[in-house]
Amino acid sequence: MIGLSSSELGGSAGDVLDDDPVGRLKVFVYELPSKYNKKILQKDPRCLTHMFAAEIYMQRFLLSSPVRTLNPEEADWFYVPVYTTCDLTPNGLPLPFKSPRMMRSAIQLIASNWPYWNRTEGADHFFVVPHDFGACFHYQEEKAIGRGILPLLQRATLVQTFGQRNHVCLKEGSITVPPYAPPQKMQSHLIPEKTPRSIFVYFRGLFYDVGNDPEGGYYARGARAAVWENFKDNPLFDISTEHPTTYYEDMQRAIFCLCPLGWAPWSPRLVEAVIFGCIPVIIADDIVLPFADAIPWEDIGVFVDEKDVPYLDTILTSIPPEVILRKQRLLANPSMKQAMLFPQPAQPGDAFHQVLNGLARKLPHERSVFLRPGEKLLNWTAGPVADLKPW
Amino acid sequence: MKLSLFRLSYWNRRGSSFRSSASLDPSFDGGFVGKSSPSSIFWLVIHGLCCLISLILGYRFSHLVLFFLFSTSVTNLYTTPFLSAGTGGVSRLLRLKPLETTNSTVRSSRVVVGRHGIRIRPWPHPNPIEVMRAHQLLGRVQKEQKSLYGVRSPKTVIAVTPTYVRTFQALHLTGVMHSLMLVPYDLVWIVVEAGGTTNETASFIAKSGLKTIHIGFDQKMPNTWEDRHKLETKMRLHALRIVRDKKLDGIVVFADDSNMHSMELFDEIQAVKWFGAVSIGILAHSGNADELSSVLMNQGKKKGKPSMPIQGPSCDSKEKLVGWHVFDTQPYAEKTVAFIDDKANLMPSKMEWSGFVLNSRLLWKELVDDKPTWVKDVNLLDDNGEVDSPLSLVKDTSMVEPLGSCGRHVLLWWLRVEARADSKFPPGWIINSPLEITVPSKRTPWPNSSSELPVVIKEAKRRSGKSRGSKSMSSKGKQQTSTESF
Repeated sequence: MIGLSSSELGGSAGDVLDDDPVGRLKVFVYELPSKYNKKILQKDPRCLTHMFAAEIYMQRFLLSSPVRTLNPEEADWFYVPVYTTCDLTPNGLPLPFKSPRMMRSAIQLIASNWPYWNRTEGADHFFVVPHDFGACFHYQEEKAIGRGILPLLQRATLVQTFGQRNHVCLKEGSITVPPYAPPQKMQSHLIPEKTPRSIFVYFRGLFYDVGNDPEGGYYARGARAAVWENFKDNPLFDISTEHPTTYYEDMQRAIFCLCPLGWAPWSPRLVEAVIFGCIPVIIADDIVLPFADAIPWEDIGVFVDEKDVPYLDTILTSIPPEVILRKQRLLANPSMKQAMLFPQPAQPGDAFHQVLNGLARKLPHERSVFLRPGEKLLNWTAGPVADLKPW
Repeated sequence: MKLSLFRLSYWNRRGSSFRSSASLDPSFDGGFVGKSSPSSIFWLVIHGLCCLISLILGYRFSHLVLFFLFSTSVTNLYTTPFLSAGTGGVSRLLRLKPLETTNSTVRSSRVVVGRHGIRIRPWPHPNPIEVMRAHQLLGRVQKEQKSLYGVRSPKTVIAVTPTYVRTFQALHLTGVMHSLMLVPYDLVWIVVEAGGTTNETASFIAKSGLKTIHIGFDQKMPNTWEDRHKLETKMRLHALRIVRDKKLDGIVVFADDSNMHSMELFDEIQAVKWFGAVSIGILAHSGNADELSSVLMNQGKKKGKPSMPIQGPSCDSKEKLVGWHVFDTQPYAEKTVAFIDDKANLMPSKMEWSGFVLNSRLLWKELVDDKPTWVKDVNLLDDNGEVDSPLSLVKDTSMVEPLGSCGRHVLLWWLRVEARADSKFPPGWIINSPLEITVPSKRTPWPNSSSELPVVIKEAKRRSGKSRGSKSMSSKGKQQTSTESF
């Protein structure tokens, strides 16, 4: 137990996570005018620190990575750097209303200036869409479902944070990534590992979104409210809506950290729980977790159905201690923690490399990806009329 | 009705919120009364009927059920959240029907969008058996943490305590005993008693359940503080000889019975290689509280912040030992006390023994591997007062290891509180024999009781009755009884 190496601790997780994508694929980065990326960032630098910052750091990483190639003829994948999640309200929440038009305009640009889009109609291109419901470009689930994925992105590979099985906004073959969490900030709040874990279950966040869903039942499908109503007086559950300054330190002193869904099923809490060694309790039906093909989430976290939330205390206390210790050992694996982060500059095994690994696993492209001349599969006029306006 | 008002207010708020789901049809939940058409009057009647039924049944009976029954088209239905606090009944849930999506190729998801009920179980309070299990899990996890990140191979702790029978012995020994009982490592407790071993002390330390070595020292404790310090030093050296003779292996800690130890001390000393030093907080005691506070206030004015004096190692920025913080007795010079419990300040000696820990192998006779040469042999030390501070055990004081992040953590506290040397106390602190003289209290709950001494048979009952009555006695009466009985 004491002398195990990381590969023994990690089990199957260690193998795939440690793959090196360099040499296995080549990525060509389109040179878009700066109005699609740099100028947007200049207008609002808050985009660098919010949880959707992955799209910005992905471009920066690719520009200086060894997988980048300047010769598009030898590229396996093409990357389009467009920041669709950087139009922020004064509060810092991104507005997705202009994103479809921005994306469409970018695609029109690359389709007319380079032949590679029309060659495959985007099947060997990938985009980073880290917003709430990915390429459906809306924060509200019904509206997002109503819109569906942007028609022009039907064949492209999407790198997104949203993942839910059998959902319109999760395309087959998408790569799910974790939301961005600031690595330095989390590193600076680490406490000694021998600090005994004395909190059983920990959660900080909203239970009712009074501004948008006053009666309750809409937000988080009623799951967060159920957690509150059932466990607000339970001494084992340290849950509240406060914003303590010792949030990161408290997570390191807890055994279980709740990661319930909010308006969308994913949340940065999962990343924080993995970094701080707290077993994530995932309460989101049918969720698809980041890098699900590389990380054995079933072995690391505890999955609770939304209908079982009232019995959460029974579920958690009936887990045998060996299972808990094993999960903690798997969480202590450094490659697991590294895979959840977007450090600057990029380090081996981090989330950037996992994305590239995922892209490399999809190679080589099938023959059907390349279209015959004159074949057209995409409908350029599909979608709401408002989306067709130029940006 | 309260419920309808609540729904009305919700309807108003919903219309004005940013993320409002305006696309969904307004349900009949909102107290929306349209024009007086027959259908709206009909719905009003149904609404009233359902309110009445809800009143009778005790929970909210949704008239949407009727709507669902009567309507043939599939529309959006709502469930209202049942909060147990509001309705007082068992929580129920109505599943929402999925929205008709335009894209029919998507498989219908098990997870549906829209309003869901908030599930609350009938008794949403902690279950004690589960709480116990959770605490056992916590204990197991912490044990694992300790074995992974704590001390790899913990050494035995050898605690040396000089003591003697006196009024405050029980007070001090209880504190030390409980601290030692909490130490998670193997422990040997060497109790050296001045004046020979007594049953009193022996029975006391037997209660601890620890492995103890109780030795007597054939000199009685003197009355002056100086002589006491000297005798205590001799007692400690005697204990060190015992450690050497028995070849005990571990770390020697000088746990004086009047000190207060923190648990971190015992974790920290596991890191000592040969000879270590920790910081002690000095709680200088004065029988006269006003004097002490005035002294502290003067000190505070100079430094700007009142602080507790510390005795311990001091390091430079490279974490190397450079010197010692020693208690400054200057401010208290005139007021130091000579006799036990004079009403003045009692000062610690220049270097308290309890601030030092040593590896017991230093004391062994045989040449152990890499035993350092800068330690004097305990045998050769003369008992005649040559050893005035623990540092005289070592030839080279720079080899002392500072512990507790170089003395920055205070791991134990020194405070010497003693009763007067001539004070008496009941042996074993048990009042066995009946009180010899009883004085009637001024106020008793039994107004007709006589003040005669009771018959022997009823003594026990009376005694308990007297002690109960003494609680309501005036303070003067209480003092009288206590001094007379001893």
